[in-house]
Amino acid sequence: MRAKSLVPALYILFLMLPIYWLVAMSFKTTNEILAGFSLFPQTWTLANYIEIFTDPTWYWGYINSIIYVTMNTVISVLVALPAAYAFSRYSFIGDKQLFFWLLTNRMAPAAVFALPFFQLYSAVGLFDTHIAVALAHCLFNVPLAVWILEGFMSGVPKELDETAYVDGYSFPRFFTTIFLPSIKAGVGVAAFFCFMFSWVELLLAKTLTAVAAKPIAAVMTRTASSAGYELGLLAAAGTLTIIPGAIVIYFVRNYIAKGFALGRV
Amino acid sequence: MAQIKLSNLRHSYSPNPSSDADYALKKIDLTWDNGGAYALLGPSGCGKSTLLNIISGLLVPSEGKILFDDQDVTELPPAKRNIAQVFQFPVIYDTMTVYDNLAFPLRNRGRDEDIVKRRVTSIAEMLEVTEMLSTRAANLSPDNKQKISMGRGLVREDVNVVMFDEPLTVIDPHLKWKLRSKLKELHQRVKATMIYVTHDQTEALTFADQVVVMQDGEVVQIGTPVELFERPAHTFVGHFIGSPGMNVLPCEVQGGGAFFGGEQVDLEGPATGVVDGSAEVGIRPEFVSVSQNGDGVEAHVRKVSDIGRHKVVEAIAHGSRVHAILDGEAPNAGDAVKLEFKQSQTRLYKDGWLASTQAEGV
Amino acid sequence: MKTQNQRAWIFVLPVLLLVAFNALIPMMTVVNYSVQETFGDNLFFWQGLDWFEQILRSDRFHAALGRQFFFTFMILIIEVPLGIAIALAMPKQGPWVPICLVTMALPMLIPWNVVGAMWNIFTLPDIGLLGYFLNHTLGISYDMTQDPVAAWVTIIIMDVWHWTSLVVLLAYAGLVSIPNAYYQAAEIDGASNLAIFRFIQLPKMKTVLTIAVLLRFMDSFNIYTEPFVLTGGGPGNSTTLLSIDLVKIALGQFDLGPAAAMSLIYFAITLFASWLFYTLMTMNDNKS
Repeated sequence: MRAKSLVPALYILFLMLPIYWLVAMSFKTTNEILAGFSLFPQTWTLANYIEIFTDPTWYWGYINSIIYVTMNTVISVLVALPAAYAFSRYSFIGDKQLFFWLLTNRMAPAAVFALPFFQLYSAVGLFDTHIAVALAHCLFNVPLAVWILEGFMSGVPKELDETAYVDGYSFPRFFTTIFLPSIKAGVGVAAFFCFMFSWVELLLAKTLTAVAAKPIAAVMTRTASSAGYELGLLAAAGTLTIIPGAIVIYFVRNYIAKGFALGRV
Repeated sequence: MAQIKLSNLRHSYSPNPSSDADYALKKIDLTWDNGGAYALLGPSGCGKSTLLNIISGLLVPSEGKILFDDQDVTELPPAKRNIAQVFQFPVIYDTMTVYDNLAFPLRNRGRDEDIVKRRVTSIAEMLEVTEMLSTRAANLSPDNKQKISMGRGLVREDVNVVMFDEPLTVIDPHLKWKLRSKLKELHQRVKATMIYVTHDQTEALTFADQVVVMQDGEVVQIGTPVELFERPAHTFVGHFIGSPGMNVLPCEVQGGGAFFGGEQVDLEGPATGVVDGSAEVGIRPEFVSVSQNGDGVEAHVRKVSDIGRHKVVEAIAHGSRVHAILDGEAPNAGDAVKLEFKQSQTRLYKDGWLASTQAEGV
Repeated sequence: MKTQNQRAWIFVLPVLLLVAFNALIPMMTVVNYSVQETFGDNLFFWQGLDWFEQILRSDRFHAALGRQFFFTFMILIIEVPLGIAIALAMPKQGPWVPICLVTMALPMLIPWNVVGAMWNIFTLPDIGLLGYFLNHTLGISYDMTQDPVAAWVTIIIMDVWHWTSLVVLLAYAGLVSIPNAYYQAAEIDGASNLAIFRFIQLPKMKTVLTIAVLLRFMDSFNIYTEPFVLTGGGPGNSTTLLSIDLVKIALGQFDLGPAAAMSLIYFAITLFASWLFYTLMTMNDNKS
């Protein structure tokens, strides 16, 4: 039993080391970083964080990211809900082909779409807006949300729908007051995955923005290349990008394993 | 094959049990004879599955011992005890064929392939699954899957005991009786000790020679189906077995006589060790009849249901509900009647336990 | 049974429009570029399938594709067994379960370029934790900006760090869904731990493992940001994976035609390989 728990313990240690290093680095002064190796910060400094929270380019990066990620999560889940319901309850002409086609969009390399996306969103006048990134991320998040929600909905017996109709519920009222509460775990899991993939994606987000909606991840790459290698600053910004994910994952911790299991191939 | 003895068994799922309520099993002393067909009957949560898992070795009891032919096996793991268990949901190895499924317990013990072949063939024949031997087990229907799990239990020639944990739960009703009679037949052929856990009285009474009734972690009564039906040792057994269950009516004991609503009720025989005070009278609905001569307990008929050969009458007498099962003529709802209790079947219960003895010569 | 209902299309319509807008229009643009040549000023000339031919014959493409396949192969061969092993060793219940799940999922929630940057900082030869440890404590010469082997090992370990948890979580979800009775029956049948794994755990994990392999295949085959930030494709071209090369051609050199043709070939390979994986892994289900 002891030896067995060593495996996950070592794995978690392996996962935490680079993160520790990033966090440790963010509290070091530039001088200390350049002076050589030190396992712990010798003189703790908040200078890197202060710079991020006082420079609008930096903190607007966060706000931009959070805005488009939230928009994307809401849009993805909202449009996926009825579609997942249709896939789980009805059979219609082309349903299987459509489902498969949706999933293939996850397979397209983002690099393939970078340039056409730039042209498409410029053409419709949405370039450098939050909604552009939110919509673009729907390409891979909507199929995923449909997939997860369909799994959860198929777990709800069909009799629930029928009973509600017999009791005189209209479809919208049934869907919002009875059906949704019974799959709220699924909605949570789907929202979590949409949040996650939108939050971590950079290539499309960077391609579709210039100034007004520039995400934090893109601000970082610019800083890294233009202002020399300010490692402390970079580390602090990186540390801050971990926090939203950590918070979200804490809330859905009990559903993660379940969410994975219920997906359908 | 062996005689199985449970001595002073107690089990608690909490590490530091403080009161009786913390125990899933409260002191069990039981002996299962070699080759017997037993049923372990009780409502959900009464501890019967816990007891079963202790016998199979999946659980180690907090206190007490398990002896197989006087050999202490309390600490032995299941594989070493030579037992077989069939679970509520059919457990089959999806990726194997039916043949490989049946051969699995033998191969794990390193038996020769020709012994394996002989045993598997004969078990398959007994279970009537010979033509399925080469199909993949995953493709079978639930009742056939359950047959295969039973087969895996029976395939070893030297099992001490085969245990069934509510094995018919997921089987379609029309196939249940078929599997049940198959089990009975198997018991007669292999002559292994079998313990059948269920909460369904029909299953227990049709399968077993001896039924062990449990409630709240305690054994309430052990007996043949007839004994359980006729002389329940506890009002719980009376309620639990029979449909509808035994009528249990509050009464006052005074000077050795029982009085229900002020009227004396004739008991089967003398009450033992009962001081005056409140007690209960127990009588099965089968032994309640409508009086023709005006004697008996006054009652008011509330409902009459026709269940085919019999009619079940529900009446209220002195504020208590009394069921009667009648052949032929029955009163109508709303009628006032007098009910008679058959004396030889009228028992007295004190604090739930049987407190009257049968009169001499009955 | 599902009800036959053509009006279900109305429910699907929003998804259809949204994904079609994002997928079909750019895809048509790509197809359009792939058969034309441009010298700027929005002047395009019909090129036919020349770009496809040129790409398929180009050594540069073959090399990048080879590196891509090697990378994906290494990822699958390391992450899938490792993920299963960790899932098997994880506790099934108790206070450690949420702690394990949360810490393990954490790397997946870090923006991809931050992952690259983090590993860059981690592996710097003199001031990175790993780099310092290897060079100064163990005395192994390690600098991934100079040594192609070190660069390869680093991007593979980085991906193992980043994505093994996905396999762990999927395999774990499959494992905890196995009813206890299976383990009890196997114990009574005298099955060894290996037999329990082979005949109970592996078959029950099959569906989730199919998902895991497919997702890991697709994502590792399409990987761009993390290795680009970490190595920039170097030293030399040693870690220039297919997607890195594609972006170089498309946005770096602005060779739209070849880049578009390459995109389509790339996409076709991904689709075909995913289909192949899926068919192979579910083949047994359709037998008998």
